[in-house]
Amino acid sequence: MAEATLSGSASAAKAATRQAVQNVNAPLWRHAVFVAPYLFFFVTLLVVPLFWSMWLSLHKADAFGVGRFVGIDNYLRLFRDKIFIQSVGNTFYFVFLTVPALALIGLLLALALNRKTKSAAALRAVYFSSSVLSVTIVTLIWRIVFIGNFGLLATVYGWFGATAPAFLSDPKLTMIGIAIATVWWCIGLPMMLFLSALQQVPREIYEAAALDNASRWRTLWHITLPSIRRTFVLVIIIEIVLQFQLFGQARLMTQGGPNNVSKPIVLYIYEAAFTKWDLGLGAAASEILFILIMIAAMAQYFISRRRGEEG
Amino acid sequence: MSSMSSGRIVGRSTGDRIILVLVIALALIMMAPIAWIIALSLKDNKELMTDMNSVFHAPYTINNYVNILATSSVFRWILNSVIVSGGLTIMTLVLSSLAGYGFARLSFPFRNTLFVIVLLGLAVPEQAVLIARHQLFSWLKFHNTYHGLILPGLAAPFGVFLMTQYFRAIPKELDEAALLDNASRFKIFWKVLLPLTIPAQATLGIFTFLSSWNDYFWPLISGTKKEMYTLTIGIASTQTNFAQSEGLGFLMSQAVFAGAPILILYLFFQKYIVTAVSGAAVR
Repeated sequence: MAEATLSGSASAAKAATRQAVQNVNAPLWRHAVFVAPYLFFFVTLLVVPLFWSMWLSLHKADAFGVGRFVGIDNYLRLFRDKIFIQSVGNTFYFVFLTVPALALIGLLLALALNRKTKSAAALRAVYFSSSVLSVTIVTLIWRIVFIGNFGLLATVYGWFGATAPAFLSDPKLTMIGIAIATVWWCIGLPMMLFLSALQQVPREIYEAAALDNASRWRTLWHITLPSIRRTFVLVIIIEIVLQFQLFGQARLMTQGGPNNVSKPIVLYIYEAAFTKWDLGLGAAASEILFILIMIAAMAQYFISRRRGEEG
Repeated sequence: MSSMSSGRIVGRSTGDRIILVLVIALALIMMAPIAWIIALSLKDNKELMTDMNSVFHAPYTINNYVNILATSSVFRWILNSVIVSGGLTIMTLVLSSLAGYGFARLSFPFRNTLFVIVLLGLAVPEQAVLIARHQLFSWLKFHNTYHGLILPGLAAPFGVFLMTQYFRAIPKELDEAALLDNASRFKIFWKVLLPLTIPAQATLGIFTFLSSWNDYFWPLISGTKKEMYTLTIGIASTQTNFAQSEGLGFLMSQAVFAGAPILILYLFFQKYIVTAVSGAAVR
């Protein structure tokens, strides 16, 4: 109804309307009441804790309170701690194992399932389904797959009289085991991101290619892949940020062991802060993680902004 | 409409069939671990201890599930998760809608600066604030309470970002007409604009509920008493000692029982869930 009356009025009236609206729309403090409730939580539970954590990282602090100022001592302790350095290396190794796998498998699945058939829709649903499970259930499932003697893997290997690789206890394999479980858990997101990118490729280009009798491979190589290049980079960065925060899988599948070979940075932070109650050290480690993630997030910002300019 | 692949234009070829067989085979392999734990959950614990291969044949039993009803804390944990995730979702929708309208439509001093600061908050990972939040909540004696589990989620900027974008996309003429009729700002928000944002509310609601339901870190350090465990933490607490394989079937039945509600919801709201999750990732 409102639209009908509006379109009925003449354009001169519309200009007057603008003026009237501008008068009512002057900046007013009382308009801020709409954003105030959210900002209250944003400031008290995000902004203050963010700076509080930075401040903590420069102090000696435990469960009973904040002690004296120690400068960059906590950071020096971190860099001297072999286990921390190892956990940084482990995290990079994990990112290296999971991110390319997630991007490539996600892309292949998206290419295979980008069609309007019922079977493709059902398969998309299956591949995404593991993403809705919690980390607890995912790790429970994969421990039962990997565990010696009675795991699914051991049972299948047993049929052929072979011994299954010990993904939960062999120091060379634990990170790979965690990576397999993670790829299984997270594959839905990259697949969906690639699918939505594929659907945005203009159909006319494909029709032109079909008229030229271009082969499937040529179409894929020269049309499809170049059109989703930016999405590929975006997926890589999103996954780097996500996988950098590895925690639950490592804590629940291997407790970071054996001998810390599968301990990621976040598990180190958790143990420093909440089992040893060395809050200053934990805060310092979390600032380092923050810097690493910021670098990746900034890359994402610049790439998605460039993409926005194009579209 | 535009999703036709090159293969479809020339009809279903042999190549298409091979690809279909491959993705079906991979999907079956992917589902095998889930089938494995469902099968284990239907077996008698003692039988599993003597022979794992008994999984592949009868007798099956639902005793493990009956035992959940009788002995387990799973129901309490589900209740906790419903209260925490439900409460957080409702409050996030209210706060984000109000703030989204405010940022998109009203002008007040420092509006743009504040909005940019909120956007910067998107880049802050949870770990950078956890320790300070934990300390703050210790002083306030918020640990092991429902509000202690809910409140940290309210600071997340994603909802405000999403709702602001959505309000901005609604044509301005709609509220300007109402404004000239002397409707109050709140009335315009409530009567004119809010009903138009239902798709965004669904996306944000599903995303918030799912991430809170599956959250592992904050509940782990805040709700440390067994009766305050969320389902995610509770199920994790049961899995510490299953190497002995005693009660393996029972453990698996708990996992199936805990995973089922979300998977069933997924079956019904698949489209919305996929949109919500992938939308949140790109922002």
